[in-house]
Amino acid sequence: MDLLLSALDILMRWDVALALLTGSVGGVLIGAIPGVGPAVAIAILLPATFSMDPIVGLTVLLGIYGSSMYGGAIPAILINTPGTAVNALTTYDGYPMTARGEPRRALSLAYSASFFGGIFSVICLILFAPVLARVAPYFGSREIFLAALLGIILMVVAHRGQTLIAGALAAFGIFIQSIGLEPVKYTSRYTFDQPFLSGGINLIVVVLGLFALSQAFVLLTSEDEKIRMTRLRGGMFQGLRELARHPRVATVSASFGVVMGMIPGVGEFTAQFMSYTYAQRSSKRPQDFGNGSSEGLIAAETANNAVPAAAMVPLLALGIPGEALTAMMLSVFYVHNVVPGPGLFQNQMDFVVALYLALLILNVLVLVFLLFATRSLIQVVRIPNRFLGVCILTLSFVGVYSLRNSATDCVMAALFGVLGYILKRLSMPSVPIILGMVLGGIMEVKLRAGMARVKEPLDFIDRPVAFLLFLAIVLVLIGHFRRVLRERAEVKAAERGALKSGHRFGQMLGRRRGRFVKDRFKLVRARHAKRLRALKDLF
Amino acid sequence: MPTERERRFVGPRRGQLIFALFFVAVSILLLGQIGTETRWVAKTKLFAQPRFWPAVGLGGMVLLGGVHLYLLPWRRATRYDWWELRKWAQVLEFAIWFLAYVLLVPLIGYLPVTLVFVPLLAWRMGYRDRRMLGLSILFAVAVVVLFKGLLGVKIPGGAIYEYLPGALRSFFILYL
Repeated sequence: MDLLLSALDILMRWDVALALLTGSVGGVLIGAIPGVGPAVAIAILLPATFSMDPIVGLTVLLGIYGSSMYGGAIPAILINTPGTAVNALTTYDGYPMTARGEPRRALSLAYSASFFGGIFSVICLILFAPVLARVAPYFGSREIFLAALLGIILMVVAHRGQTLIAGALAAFGIFIQSIGLEPVKYTSRYTFDQPFLSGGINLIVVVLGLFALSQAFVLLTSEDEKIRMTRLRGGMFQGLRELARHPRVATVSASFGVVMGMIPGVGEFTAQFMSYTYAQRSSKRPQDFGNGSSEGLIAAETANNAVPAAAMVPLLALGIPGEALTAMMLSVFYVHNVVPGPGLFQNQMDFVVALYLALLILNVLVLVFLLFATRSLIQVVRIPNRFLGVCILTLSFVGVYSLRNSATDCVMAALFGVLGYILKRLSMPSVPIILGMVLGGIMEVKLRAGMARVKEPLDFIDRPVAFLLFLAIVLVLIGHFRRVLRERAEVKAAERGALKSGHRFGQMLGRRRGRFVKDRFKLVRARHAKRLRALKDLF
Repeated sequence: MPTERERRFVGPRRGQLIFALFFVAVSILLLGQIGTETRWVAKTKLFAQPRFWPAVGLGGMVLLGGVHLYLLPWRRATRYDWWELRKWAQVLEFAIWFLAYVLLVPLIGYLPVTLVFVPLLAWRMGYRDRRMLGLSILFAVAVVVLFKGLLGVKIPGGAIYEYLPGALRSFFILYL
């Protein structure tokens, strides 16, 4: 109780209230505009939050992170275009509902499901916080190194069909974080004697390039889309009643969101996929999924909104971000000398609970805002793509230049912007670069510290948590290689099948040709015989 | 007809081969420089060597990028690959717009440059009606007022502001 009161005390400030309001409304707006997304917004706003108090800055960023998915459901349902990448599954059942004249029902159901997911995960984590506080001290340097390594491996493995290039890009991230003056032996690494590389490549410059500038380039080189908006009819509160009729789907999906959110490198997509599959398999009407099923919509929206709060767990408890957005938030902590990790849970538990309470309040604010303002809010969907590109390019300048007033940073951000654009064109992920940078830095420090007390290699995993993490890494790798081998066998079998069928097709053509030739010969021989007979008769 | 490997490939075909080749070539080039660009410190464990993490990163890039290149279902660049390369080059125009904006702000000042940059780029993108140009000017003013005036982000005043009279000069340097 004391903990809750001291957490509330941290939040009872006008600037925190303003940050909550700005973050929640801004996040919904950003989410509702297809092509912007929370990553772009957080990347642009990040340097601006450095001058704020940690709790204020983090509340703004958390607000954008937590509420953008609410907003992302609006274009997903109304115009079949997800506002943020994680709302893609919402289009499966949301848009068919709009097509059959129930846009309000779909929107209110999406809001209610998102609200349930958000609140469920925050309550779970507030209840779970004391357990985390007890477990966190067991994480020393070795355990944090292994957890970061597990995070990188999980993130790479999660990119199905692109594991190799995701791994190569993560390695690229690890490499670029190592550029500059090395802090222990004071030697320079890959600076090519250039002074601007001595300080290393700043994470925010890379983030702004890969997320904001590349998105601006994508929008500036695309065509404007003609949007046909559906008129909204009916009440906005029916979704809450409908959600109450599917408590099992909502609870299981939210649980998937919480669990998957806590695992570094996994995130919303896996949570959504698992909850959607579960909802479809356990439904009495599985045939409705993909055709406007309310259960499908609940599964998708509940799972993705349960993730943001859960994703804060590895960040706060271990200092390990699980995905790009929490990686960006990590820099806010570092700027204010608040080091996330076991120490934070032991010494500043009220700060952690205050963050969770902020997320709780934020969900309520967003729901109230959306229930009353959706009609006006849907107009933002109409902003033309290329104009949006102009706006993002202008805002990116603020993000990069305000860091150190360095034109070199801007050149570097532009280069990463071009790289991000190429990656987007090739449908390759750019998140591995960011996580490689952040987790690579953590791994370097923790491995050096961890190995100082290790005499034999096996000593590294002689503690229970370290051993469990090592076991998890081995199991993930074994599982992945088994899947790769199975897929290779499938490809080979399919290719052999194609070869066989091609062979059979060739044989069939050959037989047919033989028959034709035979028939033709018969015909020609008969004609010749007829002519011969005619000639014989003549003489 | 695409083969099974081509069908299962995630992403479009265009540009994949060029990107993979470029990525592996740069990685090998950087790995070749590891002896001169990093140091090996005597009496220091392998994991604490300054060379260790660049080697991990570049080794991963060469190995995984190389296997990715080897497993690509295509071995020859087609005209679509070259078209894609041209598409990538088109983006450089906007990168130059951005860099010009960056270079002009410290000279002419944040507000004046933004007031010209946003409508000009909007004009370039084909928004030539009064409504959109008005909106772009409004957006430019809003960005400067919000970030520099209200949030106080660190963007220096333009060199041109030095010629303004006393009080106005300080106001412009601080807020616009």
